[in-house]
Amino acid sequence: MSTSAGHGAAVRIAACGKTFADGTRALEPATLDIDRGETLVLLGPSGCGKTTMLRIIAGLELPDTGGKVLFDGKDMTSVPIERRNVGMVFQSYALFPNMSVSDNIGYGLKIRGVPNEERAARVAELVALTNISGLENRRIDQLSGGQRQRVALARAVAIRPGILLLDEPLTALDAALRDRLRGELNRLLRALGITTIYVTHDQSEAMELGDRIVVMQKGTIAQIGSPREIYFAPKNRFVAEFIGAANIIEAPIEGGQLVLPGGRQPIGGDATVSAAVAMIRPETIRVVEAGSAPLSGLIDSVSFIGDRQRMVVSGVSGKLLTVDAPNAVVAKAGERVGLLISPDAVRLLPPES
Amino acid sequence: MSHKFFVWLCLLPLAVVTVAFFLLPMARLVVTGAEGPQGLAGYLAILTEPRYRATLINTVMLAAATTIVTLIVATIAGMFLQRHRFPGRAVLIAMLTFPLAFPGVVVGFLIILLAGRQGLIGDLSSRLFGERLVFAYSIYGLFLGYLYFSIPRVILTIMAAVQKLDVGLEEAARSLGASPWAVQRDVVMPALAPAFVASGAIAFATAMGAFGTAFTLATNIDVLPMLIYTEFTLAANFSTSAALSVGLGIITWFILAIARSFSGSAVAAAG
Repeated sequence: MSTSAGHGAAVRIAACGKTFADGTRALEPATLDIDRGETLVLLGPSGCGKTTMLRIIAGLELPDTGGKVLFDGKDMTSVPIERRNVGMVFQSYALFPNMSVSDNIGYGLKIRGVPNEERAARVAELVALTNISGLENRRIDQLSGGQRQRVALARAVAIRPGILLLDEPLTALDAALRDRLRGELNRLLRALGITTIYVTHDQSEAMELGDRIVVMQKGTIAQIGSPREIYFAPKNRFVAEFIGAANIIEAPIEGGQLVLPGGRQPIGGDATVSAAVAMIRPETIRVVEAGSAPLSGLIDSVSFIGDRQRMVVSGVSGKLLTVDAPNAVVAKAGERVGLLISPDAVRLLPPES
Repeated sequence: MSHKFFVWLCLLPLAVVTVAFFLLPMARLVVTGAEGPQGLAGYLAILTEPRYRATLINTVMLAAATTIVTLIVATIAGMFLQRHRFPGRAVLIAMLTFPLAFPGVVVGFLIILLAGRQGLIGDLSSRLFGERLVFAYSIYGLFLGYLYFSIPRVILTIMAAVQKLDVGLEEAARSLGASPWAVQRDVVMPALAPAFVASGAIAFATAMGAFGTAFTLATNIDVLPMLIYTEFTLAANFSTSAALSVGLGIITWFILAIARSFSGSAVAAAG
């Protein structure tokens, strides 16, 4: 395809909230800017408002009064979905059962009155792009889950939308296929270079696909940032625990050090506070000889996963501490080990959460 | 006792009932139809005899019109009732199913009350235009009665089908640029096709064979069941009424088979 990076429309959501007819607040008024060509992931547990936000952008839901949706600076709030030129992939794929694969892909073009020849050429292009050659004349009920997902994507992209909206497109697939298709989807989105908004509850999907991630919690935006920022510098405990594994430790601070039952741990940054909630990622903890590190504890259990091993260490902080050690480290349950943590790896979180 | 034998044994009551109450009377009916003065040609008379042929055409047209109008009204109403929540909805749906319990005689009575000589429509039109509008005793009255009879049945089937409709399909079509009309044409109607065939078949068969309403309205409406009745009881013409009965059954069955095969692809696709 003759596409280059920086395609499609820039999106601005201004003070968009959503209260349903029965009074439930699905989304607190939120403001969000999405750059042209960017892939933005809305991430959060079910009921956090991510799908509501996607549907507001799509034009399937109206925001509460005062909310505005702008595409390239143009107010689209009252424009219905059929005139927003958005491509959408649904969790259920929503493929038309009364049409063949190629009729599904070409439907948006047919509606737009694109001549037969041009339409056939575009459909062929997308069939090749999404690797579904040979399935053009199949009925939808003759396709596997992965094939349906590709057809749904091809159909959404066929109309050259300004914005591509994906609502949990991989959730309906089994784990192995999901991993494979995630990589494929990532390459495809990069190749298309179109503004993409992707809703998921799966943090690894969000990490791999997103230029930026919006973590949502109970109808509010908890944090917006690149995958690295979200992972290494979570703004609160919810984000820290939702993304990856995290040890959350509440402890007093003395002289720039966390005071723990298993020893003292130096911390970076603002050390003037007297107590803190700290987050330490399991893979930032190094297992060393007992006595050669300021912290030490007793190994409770070791699970060998293959590429690494997960240890649970007791006696360091009030709670059990999770440690991801390289697979070469030899350690058994019951042994005493030292734990070495770089001060930069200790992230202080606001205490309220 | 082998397993197979046991299965056959269990099927025995079904076989007995089928033979006694279905096959034997049907066979007798077919034979009777050929026992008239013309023999087997008695069957041909349904098509060649002008009065019979006109009645046959009348009946099929009436049944077809009833089916089409019922489907249109019931689809719009069923879709609205399934998709909208409003105060009084449950009561309205319950009231819609009320006519299900009425026999044809009562339906005919209601039509006379509405469009008969003392009917509401007649009163109204005589007051407005000075002329009494009476159509209860004609084929139009019968048409109205059949509509009244069929709509509740069809609405319930359509509502069930609409409930199973994936809203995502409509949203997907809209996201691809389809106008509300195009969504109905390309997505909703094909998905409802099996329900149309199933409920339309019932409406059609009912309108072809219903007797009570026609009998209540007048004895001289030219529809097949009335013709069979007059041939049978008034003219004591057993063979002709048997031939007409067989003809009525075959024609209804044949038209339903065509409708089913016509929508076959849609039914399979909606799988």
